[in-house]
Amino acid sequence: MSTGEEAGIVIIGAGQAASQAVVSLRAEGYEGRITLIGDEAEPPYQRPPLSKKFLAGEIGFDRVELKPAEFYAGANCALMLSTRVSAIDAAAKTVATSDGKLIPYTKLLIATGSRVREINVPGFDLEGVHYLRSVGDVHDIQSHFKAGAKLVVVGGGYIGLEVAAVAKKNGIAVTVLETADRVLARVVDPIVSKFYERIHRAAGVVIETGVTVVGFEGKDGKVTGVDSGDGKIFPCDFVVVGIGIIPNTELAVNAGITVDNGIVVDEMTRTSDENIFAAGDCTNHPNGIFDRRLRLESVQNAIEQGKTAAAAMMGKDKPYNQVPWFWSDQYDLKLQIAGLSQGYTQAVTRGHPETDNNFAVFYLKDGVLIAVDAVNRPPEFMMSKLLIAQHAKLDPARLADESINMKEVAKA
Amino acid sequence: MTKVTFIEHNGKEHTLDVADGLTLMEAATKALIPGIDADCGGACACATCMVFVPAEWESKLAAKEPMEETMLEFCEHSAENSRLSCQIKVSPALEGIRVTMPESQH
Ligand SMILES: Cc1cc2nc3c(=O)[nH]c(=O)nc-3n(C[C@H](O)[C@H](O)[C@H](O)COP(=O)(O)OP(=O)(O)OC[C@H]3O[C@@H](n4cnc5c(N)ncnc54)[C@H](O)[C@@H]3O)c2cc1C
Ligand code: FES
Repeated sequence: MSTGEEAGIVIIGAGQAASQAVVSLRAEGYEGRITLIGDEAEPPYQRPPLSKKFLAGEIGFDRVELKPAEFYAGANCALMLSTRVSAIDAAAKTVATSDGKLIPYTKLLIATGSRVREINVPGFDLEGVHYLRSVGDVHDIQSHFKAGAKLVVVGGGYIGLEVAAVAKKNGIAVTVLETADRVLARVVDPIVSKFYERIHRAAGVVIETGVTVVGFEGKDGKVTGVDSGDGKIFPCDFVVVGIGIIPNTELAVNAGITVDNGIVVDEMTRTSDENIFAAGDCTNHPNGIFDRRLRLESVQNAIEQGKTAAAAMMGKDKPYNQVPWFWSDQYDLKLQIAGLSQGYTQAVTRGHPETDNNFAVFYLKDGVLIAVDAVNRPPEFMMSKLLIAQHAKLDPARLADESINMKEVAKA
Repeated sequence: MTKVTFIEHNGKEHTLDVADGLTLMEAATKALIPGIDADCGGACACATCMVFVPAEWESKLAAKEPMEETMLEFCEHSAENSRLSCQIKVSPALEGIRVTMPESQH
């Protein structure tokens, strides 16, 4: 069944990238029809607060949603919520929805984001084992927020640690289990890992590294403990699992679009099909600054690709090529990250992470700045963002020297 | 409700009635006023919500926290009278305030 309406731009997924694309399409002067199809019940919202202020109950959904629902009507954008796209027919230029509609498109944007990686161990389906990706997940987790309750967080990545910080502030006993020998092992230098372990332990969070979860124990269908395989059981009332995400690429694969660790796009967000574009967590894109392809999970990536895709669908070139950046809020610490540290040959510390709550670690590759982790240090973050884009070769001694202003570090 | 005017770099004015307690950034982005990007959604992490505040209003705003202060210091288009709009809560004391946006936030 076709809706019988004129074809326009269709966007699959109603998240961060999709919302930006709607705003940018109108800003670029597109006057045709836009149909936004998302499988969640809510209009597009921001996910970062889900493990921060929204989880803490400090802000309501009205401050998490990206635009009020009325905006979409005002922008002449049909918002089809609680609706899943089941298939794309690239030859016929239609998408099929799970409720049996066939919607024609002139141009299609895939902005399906990613989903959580599930833990595949016995007891995975016990009540009280949660993940964190959506507003609904937050409500489920919050239902356990009673002082004295015991939480085990599986995975010491950003989301796990942010959840630990919020839960601890709510009077919950928190244990974080991490497979690697340190938290944040995938993304930061040991100096930064050690710092966060120190902060969390000081707050009363138990952190156990080198622990691989092999199962969950339960009673009456509810989780009561986490089994680490070496005979040790960590008792709990609830669990939050944060062990990574998987990009939602199945629709693209089935439509014959090239996928390789994400939907393969160029710097203009174009896929291998001339009428189909992709933006956000689901993509794999080239980055000229780092001279390689990336699959990123960040708001910046979703927003910037959303803008580029809107332009590209209008036939305009607005290449996406930026220094990636990200942030994480834990307790009163703001971590700001710019660049990509993989392959660094030297880490330079500015400040005293062993004792203070502010410092920065610069990552150099053969003398060239490629990334920074800055904790409560906006100057180091902001300046590094510029220097990374310039492939600046920096003197490690100057970077480490606190008496030299960040604006001056690049000077010989 | 408090009356707030946002002025685009090209001079175009937008006057809004804003619920007290929202930030200037939230008011502008929800009303789709061009010129404020607010990539981090108000986490004081991105400096893409910068506005210029006329001198006569400065004293009526809460002072900058150190985080905002240093973000601004390193923000490309910032000036003496720059503020991050996500750090400014709207209250009746701001009735009639007029803020100007930079040409670009990036
Ligand atoms: C708890 C948490 C904290 C985070 N914190 C930060 C942070 O501090 N800083 C940062 O930069 N990033 C953070 N991120 C990452 C950031 O939120 C994501 O990178 C961003 O949301 C990606 O945007 P997107 O549009 O690609 O995907 P999403 O915003 O996830 O939107 C995709 C939407 O598509 C829907 N969808 C998928 N398949 C279909 C289908 N077949 N039919 C219909 N709809 C479909 C999904 O349900 C979803 O609603 C965080 C993420 C989480 C979960
Ligand atoms: S919105 Fe990011 S700093 Fe204000």
